Amino acid sequence: MNEYEVVIVGAGPAGLSAAIECAKAGAKVLVIDENNQPGGQLFKQIHKFFGSKEHKAGIRGIHIGEQLLKETEELSIEVWLDSEVCGMDQDKSIWITKQKEKSHCIQAKKIIIASGATENSIPFEGWTLPGVMGAGAAQTMMNCHRVLPGKRIMMIGSGNVGVIVSYQLLQAGAEVVGILEAAPVLGGYGVHTAKVRRAGVPFYTGYTVKQALGKEHVEAAEIVKLDSNWNTVQGSERIVEVDTICLAVGLTPLIELAWLSGCQFTYLDKMGGHVPIHNKYMETTVKGIYVAGDVSGIEEASTAMEEGRLAGISAAWSLGYYDNEKADMLINEEWRRLNLLRCGQFGLKRKMSKDEILIKWEEMQDANFKNNRSPFDGGTQAVNGISQSK
Amino acid sequence: MEELKLSTAFPKANDYQRGPIPIIECTEEIPCNPCETVCPKGAIKVGNPITNQPTIDFSQCTGCGTCIAKCPGLAIYILHLNYNEKEALITFPFEYLPLPQKGQTISLVNRLGESVCVGRVVKVINHDLYDHTALISATFSKEHYENVVSMKRLDKE
Repeated sequence: MNEYEVVIVGAGPAGLSAAIECAKAGAKVLVIDENNQPGGQLFKQIHKFFGSKEHKAGIRGIHIGEQLLKETEELSIEVWLDSEVCGMDQDKSIWITKQKEKSHCIQAKKIIIASGATENSIPFEGWTLPGVMGAGAAQTMMNCHRVLPGKRIMMIGSGNVGVIVSYQLLQAGAEVVGILEAAPVLGGYGVHTAKVRRAGVPFYTGYTVKQALGKEHVEAAEIVKLDSNWNTVQGSERIVEVDTICLAVGLTPLIELAWLSGCQFTYLDKMGGHVPIHNKYMETTVKGIYVAGDVSGIEEASTAMEEGRLAGISAAWSLGYYDNEKADMLINEEWRRLNLLRCGQFGLKRKMSKDEILIKWEEMQDANFKNNRSPFDGGTQAVNGISQSK
Repeated sequence: MEELKLSTAFPKANDYQRGPIPIIECTEEIPCNPCETVCPKGAIKVGNPITNQPTIDFSQCTGCGTCIAKCPGLAIYILHLNYNEKEALITFPFEYLPLPQKGQTISLVNRLGESVCVGRVVKVINHDLYDHTALISATFSKEHYENVVSMKRLDKE
């Protein structure tokens, strides 16, 4: 059986960042991804990222992806593409199907799950018609495959994904006839909203889609106003001619592999649903299995990269590639960088949810575990340290 | 507009008299500071934490426009109110193709994308350093200086 020190599931921003840290420390790493190219969602992020210089701010996601791939190559990190992880267990043996042909079993000492997230959907009459799609799917079509998903588009959801994809649809030459938001206020960053607003795209707050109309594909959308109790307002329906309805209604962490391997979970609405409980080293309740990026709670690519690095450093440390002092220094530095991204009116909410996960992890530690202290027994002190270090 | 006027970096009436000045329409606490790090004069400050809203010292600013393309939110443009007696000059970021040509007459729009007035393109910079964020400079009748922020997208062909 093939043995690797660290196996990373997912070659997106979190997974690649984790792999780079592990390889830099000297560990033998394997990265597995079900897609036919690495980079995750980075290669469709054609907009410039927020952050500071150290978070590669002002650089387009696609170029950040290229930098990560270059580093991955320079470190000769092994990457299996078109490869699906079908199973893993607490002993960290992993079952993979490669290129839909061959089945492999490998044994890892540490696993980092960086499987990302999946798009949410909302059901409505006609939602199975061709032309109804996730906003992320539309983004993949146009930015990765150069296919314009439609000419007249209705976007459902005004969060950052909704407004960014709307902007990119405009750039690709489509017309965005409106962005609907069920809530009374817009969700995305004001600067993203302003960008599409000054391009003439109208926003409809307190509206949702009632049905998609059309025979063989979407020909129109019927939209309807919602009252303060989220009930539809009779008589407020109107029909808008569109050929595409994009759904940007949130993301859910892809947690199946963490479930399979016995990780314990907590439910946090703000983080996208069930997330694996983990400590400040990104280690789950199963020793030696780590999580990073959207699977550990929906955030952004910039935080995913920092979490990936954090998980990579922690895994390398637990394999003995760093002494405690060096690991401590690197881990504190990662937390400083993460906390920079998790403050302000938007970031603080995410930080509070993330802290809840850490506190949950604390609560999970029973007396038995505490008698058997490991370097990963962060202790209450560690969690307090995190909240103070911002 | 009222919210913008209250934001930390928005110019006061007399600032417009200084020459070309950046208007930063950034009113939320986003963790972001490239405007600060790119400013060659150190005129834009975000500080710590990086979710602070930017402030600008107009006396230090030369109106060079380096910040325009660096802002990931495309939230900065440069306005020269007294470009000449009748016209103001705006330089704004633009990421749609086709780009306008120098000398072309374009429709300038407000924050809602509504046409406000015509403008005449005096310069188009599409530098590698700006990575596909072109800077369009256009003159327009200065009475519209508070409303003009960008231009109408051009039809393909």
